[in-house]
Amino acid sequence: MSRSGWRVLLPLALLCVLGGCVTLPPYDFSNYREHPPRSILVLPPLNESTAVEGTYSYLSTVTEPLAELGYYVYPVAVIDQYLKANGMPTAGEMHQIPLAKVAEIIGADAVLYLDLKQYGSKFQLVSSNAIVTVTAKLVDTRSATLLWEGSATAQNNSNSNNQGGFLGQLLAAAIAQAIGSKLDVSHGVCRLANAQLFDPERRGLPYGPYHPKHVAP
Amino acid sequence: MNRAAAFAAALLLGGCATQTRLYSWGSYEELIYSAYSNPGNMPAERQVETLEQDFQRARAANQRLPPGWHAHLGFLYYELGKQDQARQELQTEKAEFPESTVFVDRLLANLAKS
Repeated sequence: MSRSGWRVLLPLALLCVLGGCVTLPPYDFSNYREHPPRSILVLPPLNESTAVEGTYSYLSTVTEPLAELGYYVYPVAVIDQYLKANGMPTAGEMHQIPLAKVAEIIGADAVLYLDLKQYGSKFQLVSSNAIVTVTAKLVDTRSATLLWEGSATAQNNSNSNNQGGFLGQLLAAAIAQAIGSKLDVSHGVCRLANAQLFDPERRGLPYGPYHPKHVAP
Repeated sequence: MNRAAAFAAALLLGGCATQTRLYSWGSYEELIYSAYSNPGNMPAERQVETLEQDFQRARAANQRLPPGWHAHLGFLYYELGKQDQARQELQTEKAEFPESTVFVDRLLANLAKS
């Protein structure tokens, strides 16, 4: 093949690999259909990131996407305070509550266990990145079967524009970082991550009983 | 003619594109975020005030409040020592979302003891 031919084909091939020619097989929802949940208990996420504030920043963004999908979502802050008052001060301890107890005390059909793998800003020479990575497992409280699992990564790249030369860019990035941390850009990125994680059109959760598109199993 | 134009405009604006949402969210989630990230700035009184405003807005627009919303407000009233309002909000949660019954009954029982 001529050199110019490679010049066209190589980037195309790369695009293919990076852009995902490999389509994921559709999610197997047979467990879900056997135990379709109406109500979901969202516990504060485990936090493997270095940012302690990530736990509640993330927790406070999960109700809307799940409720708008048509599920009943228990009031996350009330649950958190109720469990704390009952001797479970951390997310780690809350995640250890036996499922039978959850069904008995809260009455939830399913529990959503979240694990925050990454949360926060990374200051990189000329840009500042806020990144959020989360994994999720939805478990039936009565049968303990896994109903659904998923993961998502989202980021907000506040690249400075190309004006002002290298030092100018460095300064702009530092300012973006300072402003970003004040407004907590990462908190907004949680919502981006949720949009991916729960998207019913892309291996997310099926529509729940309060949604007009809900299909009774 | 004017009417037809108005009708066409209403059709255009009224949302061929908008996906209708199930609930009126107001500042519910942002309140929770602030209460955890900056508790000094978001005491229970201020949360209640904001949520009551959101309630008026939702009612004016004839929209439902989200799951957990009334229980959250009821919990705040409980923290402020306003037992009657707390009870009323918890009952509303149960009436609107029967899924909440087990948990809300537990909170109501605690309320009766206090």
